[in-house]
Amino acid sequence: MSECLLKAEHIQISFGNVHALKDVSLEIVPGEIHCLAGENGCGKSTLIKIISGVHQRNGGTIEFDRKKLEKITPIDAINMGIQVIYQDFSLFPNLTVAENLALNSELASGKKTISWKNVRKIAEEAIKKINMDIDLDEKVSRLSVAQKQMVAISRALMFNAKLIIMDEPTTALTKKEVDALFKIILKLKEQGIAILFISHKLNEVFEISDRFTIFRNGEMVATGSTGELDDKKFTYYMTGREFADKTFIPEKVTDTPIFELRNLSLEGSFENISLSLRGGEILGITGLLDSGRTELALSMFGLKPATSGEIIRNGKPVKITNPREAIASKIGYVPEDRLSEGLFLQRSIGDNIIISEIDSLKKKNGQFDLKKRDEEVDRWVKEFEIKTKNPENPATTLSGGNQQRIVLAKWLACNPDVLILNGPTVGVDIGSKHDIHAILQRLAQKGLGVIIISDDLPEVIQNCSRLLVIKEGSIVAEYDTQQVKEQMIIDAMM
Amino acid sequence: MNKKLKSTFKSNEIYIFLIIIALGILVQIRSGQFFTGNNMVDLLSAMIVPGMFAVAEFLAIIAGGIDVSFPALASLSAYASTRILLDQNYDGNVILAFVIAMAIGALLGAVNGFLIGYLNLNAMIVTLGTSSVFQGFMQGALRAKQLSVIPSGMKEFGTNSFITATNKTNNLTSILPYTFIILLIVCAVMFFILRYTIFGRGIYAIGGNPVSAHTVGFNVKRTKFFMYIIIGMIAAAGGICRVCMMQQMHPTNMLGMEMNIIAGVVLGGVALTGGAGTLIGCILGTFLIILVQNSMILLGVPTTWSNVFVGIVIVVGVALSAYQSIRTEKTKKKLVKEAA
Repeated sequence: MSECLLKAEHIQISFGNVHALKDVSLEIVPGEIHCLAGENGCGKSTLIKIISGVHQRNGGTIEFDRKKLEKITPIDAINMGIQVIYQDFSLFPNLTVAENLALNSELASGKKTISWKNVRKIAEEAIKKINMDIDLDEKVSRLSVAQKQMVAISRALMFNAKLIIMDEPTTALTKKEVDALFKIILKLKEQGIAILFISHKLNEVFEISDRFTIFRNGEMVATGSTGELDDKKFTYYMTGREFADKTFIPEKVTDTPIFELRNLSLEGSFENISLSLRGGEILGITGLLDSGRTELALSMFGLKPATSGEIIRNGKPVKITNPREAIASKIGYVPEDRLSEGLFLQRSIGDNIIISEIDSLKKKNGQFDLKKRDEEVDRWVKEFEIKTKNPENPATTLSGGNQQRIVLAKWLACNPDVLILNGPTVGVDIGSKHDIHAILQRLAQKGLGVIIISDDLPEVIQNCSRLLVIKEGSIVAEYDTQQVKEQMIIDAMM
Repeated sequence: MNKKLKSTFKSNEIYIFLIIIALGILVQIRSGQFFTGNNMVDLLSAMIVPGMFAVAEFLAIIAGGIDVSFPALASLSAYASTRILLDQNYDGNVILAFVIAMAIGALLGAVNGFLIGYLNLNAMIVTLGTSSVFQGFMQGALRAKQLSVIPSGMKEFGTNSFITATNKTNNLTSILPYTFIILLIVCAVMFFILRYTIFGRGIYAIGGNPVSAHTVGFNVKRTKFFMYIIIGMIAAAGGICRVCMMQQMHPTNMLGMEMNIIAGVVLGGVALTGGAGTLIGCILGTFLIILVQNSMILLGVPTTWSNVFVGIVIVVGVALSAYQSIRTEKTKKKLVKEAA
């Protein structure tokens, strides 16, 4: 192996009493794509912040480009050739693409006035580096996430970057956009730029990276070349646990469907969707980002009422034009964006759990029954193994996986017959993901009808008994998950 | 060209402009008095002080803040400088009045700027507080009362006519005082600063994303500090213009203007969340409000009702621009869909 570009050894840092990193090391050689993986809170982001000068380490050594780094500031890091592309891209949404690209250099030049000709020249040079085709006069707020990311990347390249760190760059991208991003990353690699790619998505690690490093709880658990890694090992390194992967087989399925859609349509989103779900089944629905899958979920729960067609519960048509009617028909919905749609983040964990069954927690005189509330909260915290010291803490104190458990508990507390989940494990770490899957399978075995809407193919294949593919607003394929292969689904989706 | 035309029609400004024209035509049809020289001059004259205040407010809002203290700030600076000149029996020209008032305005603006920029306090709360302090200082410590005589230089500046227009049908004459030039200067200087200086782009950058502005290398605190000083200076100059035009100093009659000014700026498409908006939009929005206030009488609506109409214009205007942004969002989605 050639000389290291970045050599971080025995890095330690603590915040108060918490040892965020206990003796971790990371080596990156020039021109390699290195993937840093680990669950939420494992210390990945902390290490990036140390390398980029945002945090100061308590111990250990860092060498970059054969120079020892002592106390550095973010500006020093940039001058040495370290660029970080954060998840929010740090762009100015109100300014044009050109200005976003050129502002840094205009500022660095120390001039007091701006030459718009110069701004344009700088911007044109910047986008040429990655062959991006984009309107330089467009405001950044009008760009798609993928375009914003490209702008952020070309901005990073303007500073003779030797190492570009990308913090979970694929989170909000569609499959196609991810492919485009990977092409650019490979091109940067050809130019000798090293990429540190932060991800917890298994397939991405395999697809793009030459080598990997995995952290768990602030310690480095594995490092090596990606060729030696497989699914099982990856999951084990990430979580420290082993999981059996087998496809869900429903045991007790009701004879008649409990939930059906007949020719359900929502203008501009989907058309003539028909499906049926039996109790005890887990039905998967997958499709691309704009296929109409999310709108379908919203229509089934009355958040975006369908414009035509029927929803049928236990053989009888029901009217669902708002969430209250859906709840009355014993339908529960776990939304895609749990932070903004599923939780009262500032309220306590307990309050979040009991909120949807609050009507049943009354004493005879109409007063709120506090004792009964506490019993309910305790029951669900135990049942779903929600990791908290005190259920009266606000929901913000929990990790993504535990928050998702609360959303689940909240719905199950009002005993639905049908549970619709939209992207149930987006942003949830692998360990919690498996736990949530186990919970869903257990619930289905008890007779609940579950619909999972997700573009995470391994998720739907493993957990669903049947799978529907939606494309441009219509169902284009149906598979038995015991037989389907991932590639078949991808072909149908595209 | 086509692209430019398209982006013009995407902008909020063009709609405000069309509303202004439509309203003008309506008033013309009803009264026949709208497109007359003296009405135009009256409107421009009514625009002078609110226009300057609007530019000041525009700066604060663009940077993601707000300023509700400018009427009190303008009153205090204008009152103090007029009093100083009167006490000295000054009879020179108006420039000294502007210099003193703007110096006081800069000082008071620096108080806002220090609290908002360096101590990072909420702009709304700070300016609510300083507004009260400025007002109290003027009425308590300076024992402000109406000054019915003002220095001769100021008097001349306020009455000498820059443009005079006479209405041939009723022989009404309106004059546009030289204070209008001050408004033009303020607009031109601020346009240059906002468009062509690093400081001005910094104001936009801070309004768009304060964290990134810091990481890119802007001195966020200092930029805010100097911005509030400039706001203070513009507001104080507006105060002096007002005194010159009214030929007297009334300590409380500018107070309460802030709401209509903020409404005008927002109407012009300037986002209250910061970062987005243009100087032209800000001026057009303010002009629309002035127009409604001044034209009701020509439409035969009693002046007592003018607040109702101003209110309706604000709500409808803001709703229109919200609708506009929803529409562009939708076309964007469609485009993305087609591209995929």
